[in-house]
Amino acid sequence: MLDYIWLVLFFPLLGVVINGLFSKFLTKRFTDFISCGTIGISFLSSFLILYSLLQLSPEQRSFEKTLFPWIVSGDFKALVSFLIDPLSALMILVVSGVSFIIHIYSIGYMEGDKGYSRYFAYLNLFTFSMLLLVLSNNFLLMYIGWEAVGLCSYLLIGFWYERRSASDAGKKAFIVNRIGDFGFGLGIILIYVTFKDLNYTFVFHSAPEILPYGGVTITAITLLLFLGAIGKSAQIPLYVWLPDAMEGPTPVSALIHAATMVTAGVYMVARTSVLYLMAPVSMNAVMLIGVLTAIYAASIALAQNDIKRVLAYSTISQLGYMFLALGVGAFAAGIFHLMTHAFFKALLFLAAGSVIHRLGGEQDMKKMGGLKEYMPTTYWTFIVAALALAGIFPFAGFFSKDQILWEVFVKRGTLVCGIGIITAFLTSFYIFRLIFLTFYGESRIAKEKREHIHESPNVILYPLIILAVFSAIAGFVGIPLIKGANIIGEFLAPVFDLRVASIHIPETIYHSLGLEILFMIISLLIPIFGIFLAFKFYVKEPALPRRLAERYPALYQLLFNKYYIDEFYDFIIVNPLKNTALFFWKGFDVFIIDGLVNNIASFIKVQSETYKKFQTGYIRNYALYMVIGCIFIMAYYFFR
Amino acid sequence: MVPLSYYLYLTAILFAIGVFGVLIKRNAVIMIMCIELMLNAVNLAFVALSRYLNLMDGQIFVFFIMTVAAAEVAVGLAIVVALFRLKETEDVDEINLMKW
Repeated sequence: MLDYIWLVLFFPLLGVVINGLFSKFLTKRFTDFISCGTIGISFLSSFLILYSLLQLSPEQRSFEKTLFPWIVSGDFKALVSFLIDPLSALMILVVSGVSFIIHIYSIGYMEGDKGYSRYFAYLNLFTFSMLLLVLSNNFLLMYIGWEAVGLCSYLLIGFWYERRSASDAGKKAFIVNRIGDFGFGLGIILIYVTFKDLNYTFVFHSAPEILPYGGVTITAITLLLFLGAIGKSAQIPLYVWLPDAMEGPTPVSALIHAATMVTAGVYMVARTSVLYLMAPVSMNAVMLIGVLTAIYAASIALAQNDIKRVLAYSTISQLGYMFLALGVGAFAAGIFHLMTHAFFKALLFLAAGSVIHRLGGEQDMKKMGGLKEYMPTTYWTFIVAALALAGIFPFAGFFSKDQILWEVFVKRGTLVCGIGIITAFLTSFYIFRLIFLTFYGESRIAKEKREHIHESPNVILYPLIILAVFSAIAGFVGIPLIKGANIIGEFLAPVFDLRVASIHIPETIYHSLGLEILFMIISLLIPIFGIFLAFKFYVKEPALPRRLAERYPALYQLLFNKYYIDEFYDFIIVNPLKNTALFFWKGFDVFIIDGLVNNIASFIKVQSETYKKFQTGYIRNYALYMVIGCIFIMAYYFFR
Repeated sequence: MVPLSYYLYLTAILFAIGVFGVLIKRNAVIMIMCIELMLNAVNLAFVALSRYLNLMDGQIFVFFIMTVAAAEVAVGLAIVVALFRLKETEDVDEINLMKW
């Protein structure tokens, strides 16, 4: 089965071609069939690949397959070839699986949109790009996938391009990502210059041999690569595109936030873990950015009123957790959280989409409330996802988040871990604030609208239920404490070969089982406290939040306006750039270049006023000129 | 045997008549006739020199010139006729629209 890895990629691409080129001739149901079918086959193949990988012994679980050479020029070789190992197998399973569910959901959500087949073509392309990114076995092919993912995000965020805000958001996503991609591209070039090859296996094997531990080159490479990850995975300071990305259709947000795009950065850092382990400075940078982003984004989410915006900041915060895990060397924990997060974040977005869809596009939570009776299935799936996000036992998020926090505690001590725990508290608070505002309390929806609210159709509900099941149980593949129960950690272990740098990792303090259990209880109690507080604030005493906001207006305004970061960027980057561009346009292009050309032209025009008199229109004058000319020519030859 | 120079004198005279005719006449038809005269003067020079130098090239050239001259007269007269229908005149000084 491993030889047929191309099946995973081929079918989504086929879907793109069919839906993209022949959309005029296809009926809607056929478009559904093609787009969902192709991703379904891709998912099935991913599943079979994982299965065949599991048949092998753990040491053999790394398989490379070359499809064809792409560029061969002198010593340089770029192959279209794929690497299947536990990490990529797990990733393709999550990507294709969650994508498949989102595709099905989209059938219901996009019903009646005029860009129906265009939407599905983009969606297929998005999935294809992400699968390509994950499966490639060299940096160049990964870069193709990396850029294609960025392109698709642009296309899909700006899907309703007639709306100004949507097309602006698309551009913002694309441009902010370019900044990161620039660093990523430089990192790849530096890798090629250093190793003369871009193949993962080669680079990872020779890196410890030819580069010194913690040297300048390896630090530069990893920091540049991490810049790419910061852009793609929306970390400080390049996170600003993600909250705006919700201008796209809601399933697209789910796809971006859960399965594709933002997880690319986490995957990339995990994939290049060998390089990162050799550069302690970069590891610290990853950890620092991760932990700061986690608490920063979570605090913004507290004061947002747009349902999708809360979820967007939640994603940024959770990605911060993943980078925090990667930064302390807990790669398996980071990927584990990536997987569980994919399930519950997709579910949160899809459920939020179900709410928005039923309310006719309303996203403001101030205008919701009391939806529990109207939409019971959406409500219950939302609760499951929120519990998973908050990290309540036994839902998926509990295991992965606890694992991350524990590893951080062991490796970095209490301070960083403390920030992580505060973030966990904020997380549970904002997500349940969202639930209480949306589903509980008095309905704040206009009366005439309220009668039309009812539960979404099955094509929307079934994906929610499937995802809810996974959000509930996905955590059990990584049970800590019990030996042999942490399946995912052992499965991923061969990829993250910690031996490379293990000599340099400081001896961890031996901890007792009791401490770990105590830690678990703490990390369980804190989110519960958050939920309780949210319950008190938004159900028991709804007046309390306003009183609090009035008590501390500066803090509230700061959070509500997202720390004024967008304004700050506008002030220090966007506006100066705009003014420079304006100067070059008005000052340089219009004044100097156009001025030069126009002045030469008008000079000649003025001069020609004199000479045009020769053109009298009388044929005999012309004949005379000719004769005079002939006489001059003859005279020249005669007297030469 | 008439010497070559006589032919060339005749050629020059005919050509000059043609040139002056084009320059001073206003009637379009006469101007075309003068152009023909110039062309035929050149033809004569070609034939004479061809005989003198014992080369056939000149005579072959004459055929080409005659063909071109015929075509030119056909086009030229057609234009004159069309113009006459339009403006009821053959005076080229009246036909001076093509200027700045």
